[in-house]
Amino acid sequence: MGSLKIENVKKAFGPVEVLKGIDLEVNDGEFVVFVGPSGCGKSTLLRVIAGLEDSTSGRVLIDGADVSITPPAKRGIAMVFQTYALYPHLTVRNNMALGLKQAGTPAAEIERRIKIASAMLSLEPYLERRPAELSGGQRQRVAIGRAVVREPKLFLFDEPLSNLDAALRVNTRLEIAQLHRRLKATMVYVTHDQVEAMTLADRLVVLNAGRIEQIGSPMELYNAPANEFVAGFIGSPKMNFIDGAKLGETAKTIGVRPEHLTVDAKSGAWKGTVVHAEHLGADTNLYLDCEKAGLITVRIFGVYNAEPGSVLYATPDAAKTYRFGADGKVLK
Amino acid sequence: MSTATRSLPRTIGAHAILITYTVIALFPVILVVMNSFKSRAGIFGAPLTPPTTKTFDLIGYTTVFGQGDFFHYFQNSLVVTVASLFFVLLFGAMAAFALSEYRFRGNTLMGLYLALGIMIPIRLGTVAILQLMVASGLVNTLTALILVYTAQGLPLAIFILSEFMKQVSNDLKNAGRIDGLSEYTIFFRLVLPLVRPAMATVAVFTMIPIWNDLWFPLILAPSEETKTVTLGAQLFLGQFVTNWNAILAALSLAILPVLILYVIFSRQLIRGITSGAVK
Repeated sequence: MGSLKIENVKKAFGPVEVLKGIDLEVNDGEFVVFVGPSGCGKSTLLRVIAGLEDSTSGRVLIDGADVSITPPAKRGIAMVFQTYALYPHLTVRNNMALGLKQAGTPAAEIERRIKIASAMLSLEPYLERRPAELSGGQRQRVAIGRAVVREPKLFLFDEPLSNLDAALRVNTRLEIAQLHRRLKATMVYVTHDQVEAMTLADRLVVLNAGRIEQIGSPMELYNAPANEFVAGFIGSPKMNFIDGAKLGETAKTIGVRPEHLTVDAKSGAWKGTVVHAEHLGADTNLYLDCEKAGLITVRIFGVYNAEPGSVLYATPDAAKTYRFGADGKVLK
Repeated sequence: MSTATRSLPRTIGAHAILITYTVIALFPVILVVMNSFKSRAGIFGAPLTPPTTKTFDLIGYTTVFGQGDFFHYFQNSLVVTVASLFFVLLFGAMAAFALSEYRFRGNTLMGLYLALGIMIPIRLGTVAILQLMVASGLVNTLTALILVYTAQGLPLAIFILSEFMKQVSNDLKNAGRIDGLSEYTIFFRLVLPLVRPAMATVAVFTMIPIWNDLWFPLILAPSEETKTVTLGAQLFLGQFVTNWNAILAALSLAILPVLILYVIFSRQLIRGITSGAVK
């Protein structure tokens, strides 16, 4: 129980096409993350799955049943929102209970589920409080709890961590990962943060301008990006793209990740001057202005002392260099 | 206690301006209330002095309570005001919700059409309204007044409330939809409580002109049965002789109910006025 299938879903707001034909299958128990830049349509796609937006054409199937015209409450889904969206006039307990009450669940059953969910998310001390009396992290846990008690076929997360501060984000990310492991439920998660995407996902769906660019496990996308967009989007700092003609290559663009470059003070492939160095402790990011390759980023593990203005030679790892054609696709 | 943002001269200056304004605004009200407790000779002899033992007289109030059915007029005014207020807030909020929440063809045009009434005074249509009321047999009923005042209050109510409703989080409404709440429940239980300050603002702006109106009661409901307070006070306003004691007493009494309603709304209102500015 809990598979999702999307068939050629299109969505247009007036003349603006936001989704241009999405096909996707999510297996039972899978954690799938939609990732992409702002405005790529990932949130709209999630809303179409939830039933909060009607698709212009195409079908959404949950557990094999077409739910394209089913109202959100009857789809067997639960959603966690970026802004928590707790009911301000209800206590934590009633926030969690409301959906079940609406569905006519017996009171004893509601009580049982709230007990389990609040234990799972350590919300017991706050059950009688109102959302205004909780911190941001607690509110988001309540929102997750509200989703958990519904025991849905499908969990939908719409950028749930974006409103939390950095430290809390890491904790809550961990909680969501544990939740997925414990419930073994199907989860669809939308984010623009690629660290969240990489750490949580079984499978990543990279979206750009209303189209799916590539689907795969985080490592597949990192190691074998299908095109320039995915290559540039996955990985931080971003992959370096160098004009092939300048390097005397046949490919339109050559891509190499900052961590697949080595530097040497005496010799190497590309000679360049250090523009800026970022010291992060665990690693060092160097920005080099190269004669042949232009401005590139090099990521060196550990501490590396380089003064701006000094000359360094960068050498790419030939096995981990990507070649892209004029259409942006990887050349085999 | 001078800080970076507050200095003594500035505080004094600000207070001086505010106090001056308060005095100017309250002066006529105080004058009316003061003179309502004076004898006729007292009112004309020294209108600006407070009642003394010599001029103190309750003749105005005894006339008001003795002559005419003032309690009944009060009741009429209150029924008309409260009922109109209820309908303005209910229909105004519903229309505002539809305009701000749903995408449909002609949404913007509909919003403009509904807001048009802010700029066109409803009194321009008096003749047509009177004909309409005569035709539908509503002349000399409170219903006629309630209908007209509801129409009069709606444009501003819709305009203000739709702006506020746009600020209510979409996520919250969507969370309600996923939990299986109907659109009506979402409107009444989630959205309305969140725009309560705006509702109070609209309530006050709507209530005061209705309470004070003389025009429509005079034209649509001048019968003894349906007289409102403002119309009832006209009883003492003659062509040759005017009973000032009674008029001033009636006006002083008329302040009370509206003051009570204002106090009820004011706590919400203050938040309503500042809510846009201070988050």
